[in-house]
Amino acid sequence: MRDNGRIAEIARPPLRLSIDPRLLAAAESVAIPLAALAAALLVFGVFIALCRVNPLSAYGLMYKGAFGSWFSWQNSLIRAAPLVLTALCTALPAQLGLVVIGGEGALVVGGLAAVAAALPLQGVAPLGVQLAMAAAGMAAGGAWIALVGALRHYRGVNETISSLLLVYIAIALLNHLVEGPMRDPASLNKPSSPGIGDANMIGMIPGTEVHWGLVFGLVAAVLAYVFLYRTTFGLAARVVGGNVRTAKMVGLPVGRLILLVCALAGAMAGLAGMVEVAAVQGRANATLAVGYGYTGILVSFLARHNPLAIVPVAILLGGIGASGGLLQRRLDLPDATVLVLQGIIFIAVLASEALYGRLPLFRGRTA
Amino acid sequence: MVDSAIGWWGVPIAVFGGAIRVSTPFLFVSLGECITERSGRINLGLEGTLVMGAMSGYATAYLTGSPWLGVLVAGLIGALFGMLHAFICGLPRVNDIAVGIALMLFGVGLAFFLGKPFIQPQAPILPSIDFGWWSDSPSLRAALKVNSLFLVGVALAPALLWAFNHTRWGLVLRMVGDSAEAARALGYTVNAVRMRATMLGGFLGGVGGSFLSLYYPGSWNERLSSGQGITAVALVIFARWNPMLCLWASLLFGGAGALGPALQSVGVTAGYHLFNAAPYILTLLILVITSSPRRIISGAPGELAIIR
Repeated sequence: MRDNGRIAEIARPPLRLSIDPRLLAAAESVAIPLAALAAALLVFGVFIALCRVNPLSAYGLMYKGAFGSWFSWQNSLIRAAPLVLTALCTALPAQLGLVVIGGEGALVVGGLAAVAAALPLQGVAPLGVQLAMAAAGMAAGGAWIALVGALRHYRGVNETISSLLLVYIAIALLNHLVEGPMRDPASLNKPSSPGIGDANMIGMIPGTEVHWGLVFGLVAAVLAYVFLYRTTFGLAARVVGGNVRTAKMVGLPVGRLILLVCALAGAMAGLAGMVEVAAVQGRANATLAVGYGYTGILVSFLARHNPLAIVPVAILLGGIGASGGLLQRRLDLPDATVLVLQGIIFIAVLASEALYGRLPLFRGRTA
Repeated sequence: MVDSAIGWWGVPIAVFGGAIRVSTPFLFVSLGECITERSGRINLGLEGTLVMGAMSGYATAYLTGSPWLGVLVAGLIGALFGMLHAFICGLPRVNDIAVGIALMLFGVGLAFFLGKPFIQPQAPILPSIDFGWWSDSPSLRAALKVNSLFLVGVALAPALLWAFNHTRWGLVLRMVGDSAEAARALGYTVNAVRMRATMLGGFLGGVGGSFLSLYYPGSWNERLSSGQGITAVALVIFARWNPMLCLWASLLFGGAGALGPALQSVGVTAGYHLFNAAPYILTLLILVITSSPRRIISGAPGELAIIR
């Protein structure tokens, strides 16, 4: 089809200025997800109109709840922090062609490990405790997803299924520990681990109510970008994603690449768990598994697995999450409204994959 | 607690009875996924279909008073989800695994959204057949109370195996799954065959979900399914795309899932959550043992993305 177009354009005198094809491709990969997002909002509007809710007032409230004031901006940013990290858990293995969807599990074990590291260190200087928590969370999350990579490479186990199974295993482990060995006897209604201590909490970015976890996320996203696009190792990873056979032929250590990238990915989600514990909850309990891992999958796909694009997308979806409460209170919509919207967005984004290379607007003559 | 006449014998009996009860959703989802995967596509969205089936079946049974109508509606909703999956996957350059993930999240979200009003009310549940009338032991009688939907599933497995091997439908389905090129060359529309296979798979997935809410555990809430759908998808790989092996594998997984509640019934509550994770751990172990990095799994449809 493309070839026909090219022939037709050669036959006809060139009217358009030729634009750098790389620029066109970049514009395409921004415009198509945005169009998918708009289509998803439209479908969502029809859906809630069927539930006898005025879509325009819902859109208005969503904007207000997400980005309408400094207060709601802060709320959105707080939610974006773990989303950036869990999205990286899907985006990094995606460079190797792996579909890992177990960020929720790595987040949970990361949070658990952070608490386990903090409890015996009571009385140590807060910075030491925080570093220990971050190291423990990243190590646990990294090991969790590295296991997925190892099963894939050494045993040929499908990584999508194994990573999701490990989510359920991680949540069972969480419930077991906070209701058993790690339970704080004082937590009656909601079984929890003992607190990590107020002094050991990560503070807020000065002048805001947003915790430092957001900065962790931003730094991680930039580092991931540099790693993937500015280092030889990142190039090697992307070669594996392009074609495993080629990668093997040029002598790349495919197994080591898979293990390392999966471990890094899991470490990101594990850090998200540490941030949730050390900046929000102060302890481990069932609230750790509220779905940041699942939303992170959507963030990664919407950002086309580009670490830098993940940041604005995470803020956007953090905003949608933040507006959920307002929709619930003002319009009497169920709390699952946000999940429905996320699902519609996800479907629209995947369906829009079919549009790449087919829109004449983005089809430069050399493309 | 162990003073009752049966004592520790209660554990294997409860596991046996539980295996039959717990395995039914696994059985239906895995048979459905088996059909879909035989056509060369994988539908990870059956987890969402299961939850949607549970919700819509329960709501229908509550509103109409007929649990069987609930099963039917759950199946139809499942077929609708299958249609959506097949339609999006039919677009060029769309990855079926990713679409499955999206539909999993969408199905769960939509079920929670629409199911909010049905968490409290009690719907009529599916009837069961009492095979334990001859026994005096209450736990044995409880174990031998078999739901009719389970029997339907048991009959469906050999029927499906026969249909795969001996009908025109089965032959076309397997050909599309093994080589889309060959099917196209013979004039079959690959997307249409896969559409029907995914819809049928979704129907069975929805029916499996309705069992959760209409028989065991027998109510609708947001923690009803946690991973049965995805476990069943993995189970199909373990069962080598053979419906009869799906049946045995489902019983095995049902038994693993019944272990936690069975131990709890005799007073062992420590590690309850860990025992509840048994089916997932078992699935993972089985996948590790039966997969191989070098050779393609025998019996696998050639077009299936998951085995490449």
